[in-house]
Amino acid sequence: MSEFQPKIVAFCCYYCAYSAADLAGSMRLQYPPTIRMIEQPCSGRIDVQLILQAFEDGADGVYVAGCLEGDCHFLKGNYRAKLRVAQAKKILDDVGIGGERVEMFNLSGSMGPRFAEIAHEMHEKIKQLGPSPLNKAVASGQLPAASGSD
Amino acid sequence: MIIAEQKPFEEIARMVEIFDKVLILGCNECVTVCLAGGEKEVGLMATSLRLLRKQGDRPIITLEETITRQCEWEYLDQIEKLAEEAECIISMACGVGVQFVAERFPDKWVIPALNTKSAGGSVKHGLWEERCGLCGECILHKTGGLCPVARCSKRILNGPCGGSQNGKCEVKDVDCIWDQIYKKMTIIGKLEQLLEIEPEKDWSKARDGGPRKVVREDVMIYE
Repeated sequence: MSEFQPKIVAFCCYYCAYSAADLAGSMRLQYPPTIRMIEQPCSGRIDVQLILQAFEDGADGVYVAGCLEGDCHFLKGNYRAKLRVAQAKKILDDVGIGGERVEMFNLSGSMGPRFAEIAHEMHEKIKQLGPSPLNKAVASGQLPAASGSD
Repeated sequence: MIIAEQKPFEEIARMVEIFDKVLILGCNECVTVCLAGGEKEVGLMATSLRLLRKQGDRPIITLEETITRQCEWEYLDQIEKLAEEAECIISMACGVGVQFVAERFPDKWVIPALNTKSAGGSVKHGLWEERCGLCGECILHKTGGLCPVARCSKRILNGPCGGSQNGKCEVKDVDCIWDQIYKKMTIIGKLEQLLEIEPEKDWSKARDGGPRKVVREDVMIYE
């Protein structure tokens, strides 16, 4: 069986992480192709339901990347995102997926290298944790991949 | 409004473990405002249950609906078909809603997803406090609009007691409501009113008198 390649969804704020990803690209920095980025107008757009849905649809890990604390374009979006990620961790623990599969990161638009570093960090972490409990059966070839909500 | 709080997820999951298709029913009134059982919480509950059950060999099908009020027949009539389809109904309303659902659909198993806490309000984002003790005979005109029935740990009507220290209660980590009543009465110049001894309360008008009813003949509809 081939080596486990995680599926990681990154919810990225347009004003920081998304621009940092652009910069990382311009700088020709390498980061794992296991990261699927979703642009958001602000990390404060994140909702617990969105995070849970990502897992239901087959993600092995999720992270939210917002601006440095105090630097949110909309003033408090990243603080709100932080609280919601904490809530999502609790729910994921409750349902047995594991709260450690979701994280919050803070960076600025000029931190291209940091963006690549976060992607590596998260990739390694999820790789170590292994597939999400929903994908374990898929990884061992027993069941079809997890699909969307009913 | 009625303040409620979600039961621990594990408890809810255990209550529905024998069912394969459930209707998760939210309520658009109080529990939406106290972020316990509105449309959003219904979505979270449904996703959480699916995530949990997908890991085992018994996945669950979730139907989701949020109605205007669970404590009124006409809104419950709207979900008749959905209720028929589901094996059980998880009501995300207060205890009143749960009972109305159970009564309206007598052949359905109804599960409460919330613990109903109190009659109160939101004092700031994420904090809800009790304000009314539902005692059946309001005395707020005598206490400056601050209720000792609901907010004094000892429910005393002639306060404060000796346990009021620096404005704090000796029983719980709350402000002493009698300290606040005293300050309020001072501000509105009615301090002497507190010298009047409040006689014992007629608790038969509260829950102690058994289940209560309110009857309004003038608005009843006779066929």
